Amino acid sequence: MKIRIEHLCKSYNLPGNENLPVLHDINLSIKSGDFVVILGASGSGKSTFLSLLAGLTTPTSGKIWVQENEGPEKEITAPHPSRALLFQQPSLLPWLTVAGNIAFGCKIRGEGNDLSYQVNQFIEMMGLYEFAQTHPPKLSVGMAQRVCLARALIGHPKALLLDEPFGSLDTLNRTHLQQELINIWMGERFTAVFVTHDIEEALLLGNRIVLLGGRPSTVKDVFDIPLDYPRSLEDDSFFETKKDILKAFRCAIANECD
Amino acid sequence: MQIVRHLQKHTKSYEKSGPEKKLVHSLFYGLVGMTFFLIIWVVVGYFVFRRPGYEQFSGFMPLPAVNALFGLLFEKEFWVSVVASLRRIGVGILIAFLFGLPTGLLIGFYWKLRMITNTPFQFIRMISPLSWMPIALLLFNEFESAIYFLITMATVWPIIMNTSFGVSRVNPHWIKMALNQGATNRQLILHIVLPASIPYILTSLRLALGVAWIVLVPVEFLGISSGLGYIINDARDTLEYDRLMAVVLAIGIVGFLLDATIRQIRQLFRWTWVS
Ligand SMILES: Nc1ncnc2c1ncn2[C@@H]1O[C@H](COP(=O)(O)OP(=O)(O)O)[C@@H](O)[C@H]1O
Ligand SMILES: [Mg+2]
Repeated sequence: MKIRIEHLCKSYNLPGNENLPVLHDINLSIKSGDFVVILGASGSGKSTFLSLLAGLTTPTSGKIWVQENEGPEKEITAPHPSRALLFQQPSLLPWLTVAGNIAFGCKIRGEGNDLSYQVNQFIEMMGLYEFAQTHPPKLSVGMAQRVCLARALIGHPKALLLDEPFGSLDTLNRTHLQQELINIWMGERFTAVFVTHDIEEALLLGNRIVLLGGRPSTVKDVFDIPLDYPRSLEDDSFFETKKDILKAFRCAIANECD
Repeated sequence: MQIVRHLQKHTKSYEKSGPEKKLVHSLFYGLVGMTFFLIIWVVVGYFVFRRPGYEQFSGFMPLPAVNALFGLLFEKEFWVSVVASLRRIGVGILIAFLFGLPTGLLIGFYWKLRMITNTPFQFIRMISPLSWMPIALLLFNEFESAIYFLITMATVWPIIMNTSFGVSRVNPHWIKMALNQGATNRQLILHIVLPASIPYILTSLRLALGVAWIVLVPVEFLGISSGLGYIINDARDTLEYDRLMAVVLAIGIVGFLLDATIRQIRQLFRWTWVS
């Protein structure tokens, strides 16, 4: 799925007729199969941006277009399961089992064809086999986020929108899930838009990094990351790229260019 | 601050104890409470009903009352009345739910509806259900229907209020997730809002039962010939005070059991809000 963002602005109406501009004049083109990381400080409007891409929020002005397989470009006006969203916090339904949660979307959309087979596949892929009939409150955060990932992926979305999905995990779990996500993405080649405030995570995952900054936020810079997947923190090339990127960040945000 | 720390310490030590210990605790403290209750009953009874001229009321004392209660257990009329009373609150609450649940869901879901209905509902809610009694008697030819109406009027408000409150407390992430997965408004209500509100709905059922059980007794004075309220009235007319007191006890026991049942059911549906 190709995503094209044009002059996107978003401001929130606060109580008392106040207006909070969050995003200002965002222009961005995302190629099909890209892994784009949106990098910005907390409060810079990253969640708002993803919510706009998902169609859960309407822009104040500007447009977002999506295009699938050389089909017609369509403007985003409402949420659609082809753009699956993964939240910061696990959002599992406590009255359903793990399997029931994974199947939730397919069930309500009536995509019933060998659903239980597919659910089992995802349960196995995510290493949730012992937990298939467990209810979410008994899961650890890492497990719960795995279930959310499976729920997002089972409908084979064309784009996956991830809102700091690993932010509340411990380092070990986070590293695992980052690797799994990259493996799945390399297999399925959906378009991924991943939001984070963690530079290392951005460098591990993205083939492009979009730097948000300012108040209201705009796109400060876009970097192509030429590293091969899977990446590792220990690689020399990773370390070199990180140094370059950090320098470029300083240049883009603080105007400290060499 | 001292008080807060004190409270925290005690809640913590209580929460740490295992389920068996908790059961023993609640049984023990329950027994202590009941013992105090009995003592107060005896003392008050002794001072009030042993005074000269009041001997005829000694049936209100614990021993005759408990004796009469055992007698009641073997009476067909008593069980018929228990069933009649339970049926009345059952039917009344059922009607209240049929009306109140969808209303509460819709009010919770659509904020405009909530704004519109808030004032009239708060207003009607504050009217004692018993004040509808004359109106109920005019509206319905049969006492039975009038009773259903009164129970419904008494219980529909807590059901509406709690259900709509439950809806407004649904985790917004669940709604966003369902919308993202392609849920329609109808599916949103059926698959997210309704199950998420079950704890609140059960709370409303508990409140409704409490109100219904309280309203039932005076309503059963109305001129029907069955029900626990009826037996009380009847015993008063025939001066059988031990019997009267026994029915009062029975009302307390049945009410307590109903409440305990709902509390148990509610434990099963306690969604923890972490995930
Ligand atoms: N629904 C909302 N109504 C009003 N203000 C909001 C709303 N959502 C977010 N904001 C505000 O917009 C700003 C950006 O929020 P958010 O998009 O969550 O940033 P991030 O995800 O980068 O931390 C914050 O200042 C936040 O308080
Ligand atoms: Mg955020």
